[in-house]
Parts: sequence; structure tokens; C-alpha cells
Amino acid sequence: MKLRPDLAIIADAVPRASRVLDVGCGDGELMAALQGKGVDARGLEIDPDNVTAAIARGQSVVQGDANRDLADYPDDAFDYAILSQTLQTTERPDRVVDELLRIAPRAFVSFPNFAHWRVRLALLWNGRMPVTRLLPVAWYETPNIHHVTVSDFRDLVRAKGIKVERVWHLSGDRPASDAAASWRAEHAIFLISR
Amino acid sequence: MASLLHDIQHHSVTIAAPLPLDSGQVLSSVTIAYQSYGALNADKSNAVLICHALTGDQYVASDHPATGKPGWWARMVGPGKPIDTDRFHVICANVLGSCMGTSGPASPDAATGAPLGMAFPVITITDMVRAQAMLLDHLGISRLHAVVGGSMGGMQTLAWAATYPDRLASALVIASAARHSAQNIAFHEVGRQAIMADPDWQDGQYYGSARAPTKGLAVARMAAHITYLSEEGLTEKFGRRLQARDIKSFGFDADFQVESYLRHQGLAFTDRFDANAYLYITRAMDYFDLADPHDGRLAGAFAGAKDVRFTLVSFDTDWLYPTSESRRVVQALQSVGAAASFVELSAPFGHDSFLLDVPALDRLVAGSLRSGLI
Repeated sequence: MKLRPDLAIIADAVPRASRVLDVGCGDGELMAALQGKGVDARGLEIDPDNVTAAIARGQSVVQGDANRDLADYPDDAFDYAILSQTLQTTERPDRVVDELLRIAPRAFVSFPNFAHWRVRLALLWNGRMPVTRLLPVAWYETPNIHHVTVSDFRDLVRAKGIKVERVWHLSGDRPASDAAASWRAEHAIFLISR
Repeated sequence: MASLLHDIQHHSVTIAAPLPLDSGQVLSSVTIAYQSYGALNADKSNAVLICHALTGDQYVASDHPATGKPGWWARMVGPGKPIDTDRFHVICANVLGSCMGTSGPASPDAATGAPLGMAFPVITITDMVRAQAMLLDHLGISRLHAVVGGSMGGMQTLAWAATYPDRLASALVIASAARHSAQNIAFHEVGRQAIMADPDWQDGQYYGSARAPTKGLAVARMAAHITYLSEEGLTEKFGRRLQARDIKSFGFDADFQVESYLRHQGLAFTDRFDANAYLYITRAMDYFDLADPHDGRLAGAFAGAKDVRFTLVSFDTDWLYPTSESRRVVQALQSVGAAASFVELSAPFGHDSFLLDVPALDRLVAGSLRSGLI
């Protein structure tokens, strides 16, 4: 099965034999790819059906909520923490980022860029909250309660003194150039470190 | 009838080695009755130990010798089933203190040959686990692919991981807890008092007499049975419906279906269980608190178990061993870095869900046993 492009990038970038916590691991798709390269991957997932599916495929997944249950992991329990397409759904994204970098020295964080030109255009022309491919749900029922842009995220990590090790930008599932990423990237993946 | 119960022949071994107990007492030898299913492979690496619950027994997947009913987990254990006996050698032993062939209060005194009754020492969950380890030594199985248990079986599974972390690769703990709560102890005490208040109990020395405390044991079972079900389940099954009548009797017959059901459950139980065994095993559960020897820090119990893969499952309608108790175990496991999985499944049957038709549980059990298998 083909991995979602952002997950494929993360799967490729995680070194062999490292210890990884996948926060919001879904049914364990990324973890399965990581295990293929000898990574000790564990997951946290809120949806019990997803957790059941992941455990049924032999993975170590705990049902829990990224807003609260990251606190249960000790400091430096992992080499990498992964938060893919989940940051914008958390109650306090800034605190979640702090937690990720407490339990691991490095973290991958990916999110849809709310400053993508389609989003800007939708808001500018229609005057309505955009509904796009990556943000497909209407404003009143969306789980995405903290929309974030590439520039916003850079500001947050700078303010926290967090290092950005690497950034990947995606547009339509393909790599997008870093030039003008703020409006051309549909989706961004950051590798950050303490 | 207790006397008939004790006449049943079980497959058992008697191990003539001392078993030191948590109480400080020592059993000079121990008899362990067990059943096994599926072939043990050449390097003895495919053994799965199933630990049974309070009133369970070793007949996990075979007809019960007293009742003739199918094994209590026949839906889970067998060829092609989630605990697949085509792949695994499954062992289930009657727990220490019970009444299906393993040493317990009905066992004979070595000196007199008379049943021990209350002279049998009080035992703990960890004592049960030590006896199981002796059985495995006897069978030449040094390491288990998995230990699996629901309810009190889950407590034994956790005690296995705490006591013999090098002897198991994975632990599957269903609808259980690492300690007995005040509420758990309270319900057990009601049951014990019902048995001991029955004049036929005779201070536990009823074995030779024509009388046994079946009334007390039945009441104990009735009270306990309520705790195994959810309020939602009881309401759905019985509501306020009357039993075989159209109007209330204005008496104390079993007017309501739920009364009739509980009376039947209580009475049927006395055909297959010994009252003294019920006292001993409930006591063992009440004493269970894995954090106790570690100054209340549960993580201390799992310090040696970081290489064991754990799977914990709770049920949303189980108020006897609620999700919060499973989460507490998961937190302790995470703090020692053990690979732990946990999920709360939705099922309407309360604590009994682990014995009943919950398809998601089947998938979880199969998956967690498959992982780590070469």
C-alpha cells in the first residue's frame, strides 16, 4: 500500500533502529512502514477503532488524547516524536510541541498550510472559511480548531528557541519549492529539535 | 453438590517441592490440575498460558466435567480461533486455592487425610503464579510466548510480568486491574459473609457432613453476578418484567425476571464450585496490589518487565474493573519504557464482556498474540 506523501517523507527521514512515538497514528500505517526498517515504533491514537486495527496488526498503540496523555511518557523516552496532520486539531498546539520535544529530542510535525493560495483566495473572494482538499470539513464541524500557516509555525518555534532542522513543502502531493512556500505549499513537514 | 464436585477426576500433577507463600507459610507439595491444547513445538517456544478468573477453571476450551457446558472461553481458544491451537500450545491450570483438582481448602491434610478446610493457608495472586511457574518447570517450558487472562486472570498475568519478567514475551490483560479497590473488596466481603453466615458452613468443615453452605454460596454468587453485568444490560434483558405471571404476588417469590435469573445463577453455581474455595480466592484478589511492595509506585512492579510486550483491554460498561484501572497500569508501563498497547472497547455486557461475543476483542487477541512471532 502506498503511504500518504507526508508520511512517506517522514518514513524515509527516520533513521533505522531508532525509537519513535507516532502521535495520532491512525490505524498504524506509518508505524508499519517504519517497522519495515527496524524502527521501534509505538503509537498514541484517540479513535478506538483505529487503535483496535493497529493492535490487530501487531503494533503497540495506546488509546489516548494528545492533549492530555503525552504527559504519561517519561522524558527522552523516544528518539523521535511524530505528529502528522494533528497539530491544528489540538487544544493548545504550543504545549503539544513542548511535550513532543520533552519525550524526544527531535520531532516531525506536519500540518496543512492555512496560507496556501487556494485558502487565501477562498477567503478573499468568497468571504467564507475555506473548504479544501486538506481541510475538507465546514467550519462548524471541523476538528481543525487551530489553523496554522507555515509562517505562524516558524514564529512559534523561533519564540520557543526550537531549532528547525529541515522543512519539506508539498503541493498536490508533490514536493513544492521552498521559494514562496508560504503561499505555494499546501502542506508542510517540519523536523524540529530542542 | 460439593461432595459430587470433589469426586471428579482431573488431569493433574503433584510436585513434591515446597511452595513458599506470601503469608510466610509453606505448602510442602502442590497438586496442579491443568488442561492443554495444541502441540508444543520442538524448541518449546509456542506455549501460551491462560489464567482463569475467580470462578473459572482449567476447562477453557473443553466441556466442563460437572456441568457438561462448553469451556468458558471456547469461543476464543481452538483451531483457527483467536488463540489458535494450530499454532500455540495452550495451557490452562486451575489456580491454587480452587476446587477443580489443584491444591485448595478441600485438599487432604498430609497427616490425617481429612480435608484441610480453613487450615489451608491464605494464598495470594502471586502465590497462584508461583504454582503455575512450578507447573511450567515440570513441563520443561522455560519461557512463554504469552500469558493471557481476563479479570482475576489479568491480575495473574500482571503478577507474571512482575514476578517472572524473563519468562514471558507478551502479556494480554483483559478487563482487569493491578489492585483491588475498596469497592471490589466490599463486594467480596458481602459474598464471604453470606457463606460464613450459613449454618451449614460449619467453620469450613462441611466436607464430611451431609450439609454444605449452598445457600450462602448461592447468595454470594448472586451478589457477585450483579457486579459482572452493566445496568444497561440488566435493564435490557429484564427490565421490570414479571416472571411467569401477570400480576405481582404481594409476597416474596421471585416475582421479577431478574430475581428468578439471579436465583438460578446462584443455585447453578453451587453445583460447580466449593464455598471454601470461594472464600480463599476472593481473599487472594482482595490482597492484590502490585504497587504495595514498591511504596505504592506501580512502575516499581514492572521495573524488570521493559522487554515484555503488554496489551491491555477494558470495556466501557465494566464498572467492576473500570478503564481508569487499566490506564493506571499503562501509565506505569510507559514510565518504565515497556511496549504497551491499550484500548477501551465498547460492549454492552459490563465486566462479563471479556467472555462474550465482542468481535473487536477477538481481533485484538489474535493480533497481540501474532506480534513478536517469528
